[in-house]
Amino acid sequence: MQAYIVRRLLALAPTLFFASLIVFISMRLIPGDVIDLMLAQNDIATGQDRAKIEAALGLDQPVYLQYFRWIGGVLQGDLGVSLWRNVPVADQLWATLPITFELGFLALIVALTVALPIGVYSAMRQDTAGDYVARSFSLLMLAVPGFWLGTLVMVFPSVWWRWAPELEYTPFFEDPLKNLAHMIVPAILLGLSMSAVTMRMTRTMMLEVLRQDYIRTARAKGVGEALLVARHALRNGLIPVVTLIGLQAPLLIGGAVIFEQIFVVPGMGLLLLEAVFQRDYPVVSGVFLVVGVGVLLINLAVDVSYGWLDPKVRHQ
Amino acid sequence: MDPAPLLDISGLCVSFRTDRGLVRAVQDVSLQVRAGETLAIVGESGSGKSVTALSILRLLGEAGRVDAGRIVFDGEDLLALEDRAIRAIRGDRIAMIFQEPMSSLNPVLTIGMQVAEPIRLHRNAPWKDAYERAGELLERVRIPDAAGRLGDYPHQLSGGMRQRVMIAMALACRPRLIIADEPTTALDVTVQAQILELLKELTRQANSALILITHDLGVVARYADRVAVMYAGSIVETAPARALYAAPAHPYTRGLMASIPSIDGAIGARLPTIDGQPPDLARLPPGCAFALRCPHVFETCRATPPALMEAGTAGHLRACHLDADAAGAAVQERT
Ligand SMILES: Nc1ncnc2c1ncn2[C@@H]1O[C@H](COP(=O)(O)OP(=O)(O)OP(=O)(O)O)[C@@H](O)[C@H]1O
Ligand code: SF4
Ligand SMILES: [Mg+2]
Repeated sequence: MQAYIVRRLLALAPTLFFASLIVFISMRLIPGDVIDLMLAQNDIATGQDRAKIEAALGLDQPVYLQYFRWIGGVLQGDLGVSLWRNVPVADQLWATLPITFELGFLALIVALTVALPIGVYSAMRQDTAGDYVARSFSLLMLAVPGFWLGTLVMVFPSVWWRWAPELEYTPFFEDPLKNLAHMIVPAILLGLSMSAVTMRMTRTMMLEVLRQDYIRTARAKGVGEALLVARHALRNGLIPVVTLIGLQAPLLIGGAVIFEQIFVVPGMGLLLLEAVFQRDYPVVSGVFLVVGVGVLLINLAVDVSYGWLDPKVRHQ
Repeated sequence: MDPAPLLDISGLCVSFRTDRGLVRAVQDVSLQVRAGETLAIVGESGSGKSVTALSILRLLGEAGRVDAGRIVFDGEDLLALEDRAIRAIRGDRIAMIFQEPMSSLNPVLTIGMQVAEPIRLHRNAPWKDAYERAGELLERVRIPDAAGRLGDYPHQLSGGMRQRVMIAMALACRPRLIIADEPTTALDVTVQAQILELLKELTRQANSALILITHDLGVVARYADRVAVMYAGSIVETAPARALYAAPAHPYTRGLMASIPSIDGAIGARLPTIDGQPPDLARLPPGCAFALRCPHVFETCRATPPALMEAGTAGHLRACHLDADAAGAAVQERT
């Protein structure tokens, strides 16, 4: 298993390399560059200033050289410095990553606690009223865009009950309760939007599994319904669901960008959004690097959990 | 007279609601199995053998419905039992072995766990004791290095080995009745005989009754005490195995037998095909279901369904309008 994980990690290197290349290049393709923005902000617009700033930021060199300088730095643990704030990118990432991680983690817990029981229930009670309600709810969650839902939660409770979600961030270790009071609303919304697909998948897979011969064998042994689900069906049904959760990881990060902005959570999503608007290339590249590593690690975790769920994989 | 049979099915009718309409999979089936006896059910694919078997343990699922009949096991009417009570019987006093050893074991649970499970459920044994007993059972079904294989998963075993595991599982609580639904159809011909011998030997040792569902007339001759021949959801002939082979009385049975080289022929000889197709169970003809394929068909057959009646010797019943003498003559002609 350990050898397997090491091999997988090594296999990540080329993937990461290409991902970084794509991010680096695509950033330069966005119209308007950082110098224009800086000049516009500072009301100075002479060609000389431009060249000076470009040289100072290292942007006068060809893009491929810039890339190699950047990747060379990354390999030595140096992610560069923000073009606007003169703060090392790594510091900004270290400050924001745990916050986004917390949001994502809470959202995942919400998604699973909603999706798994309802998905299983829906499958066990196929075509009953409860099943229809659950399926309609998941369709609704699929159809409603996150930002719209977020806005609703911001606006309506405050109009109706004079209650608004907490918008002030408190670090978890300073005051966990206050921190959770702020994070819980975006986490629930993000989790719910994730739960829709997961719930449908859980239902489909459970229906599939419940049709299998070995479920009939278990019934023929006298296994009752609760044990049938818990021991005989769930693990088989979860194998594809876990893959789905892995596939949803990038969506989770995309959702984090939206909800961090609406609920003013100072995480990586907010950092990324700001950096993109400001064309702060090193910050954008840094965030994507972390996202890339994160997604790949999640997929690695998914692979490892297969081994636990599916003995066939374990013995390969 | 006979003591009360262990299992007494009377007038069982089962139907399935499908898009094609109501499929009458089993019609008015009556069967008795005495303690320790082996009853074979034979018939073509789709004749209702599995549905009959699944009805006993009420494992038909949502689509299937028992429309009529009683299934009395050891004095209890299984169809009238509460869910909890039928679960207590499943795997304990009645066990079932299925056709597909490849898909009938749970791929994510160890075979030790799967064999131990009924013991844990019905004997309330601690897992440790149940596992120990599972080890003994795997040894009894002659799995090499049984104790060392308790932690194996089904995919690590061959088809024959898996079917041994299924047999061990079925024997776990020493059931009074084992229902084996084509236990060897999916296996290699060479393994089939071994598995059947094992099944027969172990059921005899445990003094369990056995319902052996099969396509294979060689198997019937070798292992069964009694035989029930099913066609299109009904029993068309039933008799002690010897009597059936000595004097098959229904044209369908005769058709089946005519093309086996010899009764004690090789195991693995499938039911020979008879010209034509069985009728659509959603659109059964008004008279005899075999009429379209029967070489002896006459008017009455097309109008009135024949009832099961004594055919010569005691305990030999058939459902056919043809009178006994003519039937005998017809056999003479054909051979
Ligand atoms: N779940 C179901 N839904 C609809 N029809 C069914 C279902 N199960 C069985 N049937 C119908 O009942 C009839 C009898 O099926 P059954 O499985 O008992 O046949 P069988 O004699 O066991 O055949 P085989 O030798 O192929 O196993 C078939 O015609 C089939 O179409
Ligand atoms: S009743 Fe008639 S059609 Fe049916 S088996 Fe007998 S002879 Fe053939
Ligand atoms: Mg069958």
